[in-house]
Amino acid sequence: MRLSRLSRTVLGVVTGLILLVVYLPLFVVLVNSFSTSTSLSWPPPGFTLEWWGKAFQSAGALEAVATSVGIAVVATVISLALGTLISLALQRFEFFGRDAISLLIILPIALPGIITGIALNNFFRTIMGVPLSIWTVVIAHATFCIVTVFNNVIARLRRTGTNLEEASADLGAGIWTTFRLVTFPQLRSALLAGALLAFALSFDEIIVTTFTAGSGVTTLPIFILNNMFRPNQAPIVSVIAVVLVIVSIVPIYLAQRLSGSEQTRR
Amino acid sequence: MTDTATAPPAARTVPPPRATAARRSSAWLSAHPRFRLAFLLTAPLFWLVVVYIVALALLLVTAFWQVDSFTGEIITEWTLDNIITVVTGALYQTVTLRTVGIALLVTLIDVLIALPIAFYMAKVASPRAQRLLVIAVLMPLWASYLVKAYAWRAVLSQEGILEWILAPFGLHTPGYGLTATVITLSYLWLPYVILPIYAGLERVPDSLLEASADLGGKSWRTLGSVVLPLAFPAIIAGTIFAFSLSLGDYITVNIVGGTNQMLGNLVYTNVGAANNLPLAAAIALIPIVIIFGYLALVRRTGALNNL
Repeated sequence: MRLSRLSRTVLGVVTGLILLVVYLPLFVVLVNSFSTSTSLSWPPPGFTLEWWGKAFQSAGALEAVATSVGIAVVATVISLALGTLISLALQRFEFFGRDAISLLIILPIALPGIITGIALNNFFRTIMGVPLSIWTVVIAHATFCIVTVFNNVIARLRRTGTNLEEASADLGAGIWTTFRLVTFPQLRSALLAGALLAFALSFDEIIVTTFTAGSGVTTLPIFILNNMFRPNQAPIVSVIAVVLVIVSIVPIYLAQRLSGSEQTRR
Repeated sequence: MTDTATAPPAARTVPPPRATAARRSSAWLSAHPRFRLAFLLTAPLFWLVVVYIVALALLLVTAFWQVDSFTGEIITEWTLDNIITVVTGALYQTVTLRTVGIALLVTLIDVLIALPIAFYMAKVASPRAQRLLVIAVLMPLWASYLVKAYAWRAVLSQEGILEWILAPFGLHTPGYGLTATVITLSYLWLPYVILPIYAGLERVPDSLLEASADLGGKSWRTLGSVVLPLAFPAIIAGTIFAFSLSLGDYITVNIVGGTNQMLGNLVYTNVGAANNLPLAAAIALIPIVIIFGYLALVRRTGALNNL
């Protein structure tokens, strides 16, 4: 299709405008974190570093970060193990019910979080009689994190094929040795990419967490939600928000590099 | 290394590997692929079926139970009361219509915004700009959900930046309410809609667009007759995310929606404050039915393979 110069320019301008609107709210939060106003008023009446200092001394915020990191790490480890196993099964074997299983894996993120949340809440409290705790959150998070690991690992398995594994077996290596020395090294960067996504998904999850967290469990999203409407805490929430966006650049950069190195290797 | 190279080529026999437990299990598993599959499948399937499928099925069952109004305990007696309440109650009908309306509007807005930007990314931008644009679109995806909703709370506030920008033109911010909810939800799910559409448009070969032009197709004709039909499954895949995520949301409407309620709020109140899990389960069936209906409707387009 030969687009005229004009329509190319128009498309470019529209794209630019959309990106501008996408970044405007994040910019407002950045500025608000330095504002002397506690009521989100614009333009800021003055600038201060007070909130930044307070945020880094807020025991509640720091504890919430620690809780969130702990939950995300355990959920990621579980989903790495389960996701790798199930992608090996679905990619290396043909069997009845394979399509049903791949649907089953994506269901926890295809259905809205509130359904996963209430189903698990009902399952733990009413059916099993287990009180909600930090572990019920971990179980819930691991369930919907499996899919990110699965997607990355199965894509890699599809591309690498089985030649090297067969060669390894021909040379006398057993199943475990082949996995340790051939399959796992081939999967390593896919596992890292899947783990990053799983970690991010768990770290940011609020709806399922609300339904499965015990009363004493405060993850960072729960902390943010609890403090958002308190006038004196709102600027601290802005600070946390800015820090989160900045920190999230690291996984984007890593994920981009991982997929970049894949392209050159092919 | 040099030793083996200079040594005379003698017929060396390799001793058979020692029969350790690992070696024996490996030999046995190699001979029995069915058990190999069982070994791989057992743990993840156990987890997904027990934690997820059983939980979903029991949610369905719980909708037919009731709560003892004195003790607050759940009585496992079968009743259709919850279902009847939810289907006939005026509150539930209003909120369902409102929620579906919001979800449809958000989906439509997201597709209309995503199409031009995805088209620019896939077909117009240089490869370098393409990479940067993908990062620029992905970046807000990684920013926290709450942070983004909160950011719109700041933008839309009566003293916020939108009022400041619009006031000189005699316009005003919509404030907190349904409009704000639609804006914020559209913003939240936009990257989820852009990415599948972008991936779908990338797969449309340039040669087809050139063929259309060679045959005299003007830009608009090519868009309508070649690009859109080929990208249709990807567009539907994008709508599934926007629609499903909007349908279950209750936090955004809490943050920017004023006093308005969506289905999620009703579920949330009944789980928490009202402590009526069976009624909450019955309400949760509404979005489940709607989403499965939508998935069944779009299954034929092949959109599910584009997720």
